Amino acid sequence: MAMHPMEQFEVRPLIEHPLFQIAGHNIYFTNQSLFMVIVVAAASLFLTLAMGGGRMVPSRTQSMAEMSYEFVANMIHSAAGDDGLKFFPFIFTTFVFVLFCNVFGMIPWSFTVTSQIAITFAMTAFIISMVIVVGFMKHGLGFLKLFVPDAPIYLLILLVPIEIISFFTRLVSLSVRLFANMLAGHTMLAVFAGFVVMLGAAGGILSILSIGPMLMIVAIMLLELLVAGLQAYVFAILTCIYLNEALHLHDHH
Amino acid sequence: MDLAAAKMIGAGLACIALVGAGIGIGNVFGSYLSGALRNPGAAATQTTNLLLGFALCEATGLFGLVIALIILFT
Repeated sequence: MAMHPMEQFEVRPLIEHPLFQIAGHNIYFTNQSLFMVIVVAAASLFLTLAMGGGRMVPSRTQSMAEMSYEFVANMIHSAAGDDGLKFFPFIFTTFVFVLFCNVFGMIPWSFTVTSQIAITFAMTAFIISMVIVVGFMKHGLGFLKLFVPDAPIYLLILLVPIEIISFFTRLVSLSVRLFANMLAGHTMLAVFAGFVVMLGAAGGILSILSIGPMLMIVAIMLLELLVAGLQAYVFAILTCIYLNEALHLHDHH
Repeated sequence: MDLAAAKMIGAGLACIALVGAGIGIGNVFGSYLSGALRNPGAAATQTTNLLLGFALCEATGLFGLVIALIILFT
């Protein structure tokens, strides 16, 4: 029978017994935790094995690892300048984690880690608090100038609250963008899969028609692969841009 | 009107936000293409801005979608 389209996002414990307790809450090892472990293991294994040889003339897998390194390094350099490169390990990790989570979610019957707002919001909260800490460490209280644009004093009464609100809305927009993209794409795939099952079960001429939504799934799958890569890229480059603001305030490098 | 029906209608209305995202994304890519065809040399340097504009534009529509999901599943 056709499953409910939202059923794939259900988080359920894999081990019935809670692992431990924090402040009265039971902490379980869920299917989400399992896929996070798989993703991290796959990403570290791939990057370690690909660079294992470290040959002068790279093999195909080695150049994949090298290209991803160069890609992220160029991105940080163009968005956050030279001092942004100090944050390369952090941004590379974020990019690879989000990319692998998105792509692993495309495998049928797997679980998309980034389709949970809890995960994306936790990542975003960490990024924004890191930006604030970096800003205060580099500029001291001068970091607060970020919220004061060049404007006459009577406009500042209006502009400063807007700037502060827009800074903290990033917390919502960065996390919701990734989560909603993954959720919407996978729901759409499940709805089309439901069409195939329903038409196939109808019998007669309708069963033959079920090839239509089937081909549609293939096309959407390709689109979703594009979206998976694009959203990982967007997540990483927005992190760079927020870092750039904390490092350089308003002046452009 | 019972609550379940009103929820469905509300969720449908919240999805109208995606109209704006659709128009906006079309605008972003259309403007990029018309600019890129006039000056192909500068096109490659602007892909970052293109994807950034796309992402910022898409997010506003997705907020509407999230509201729809919240209405439906809470």
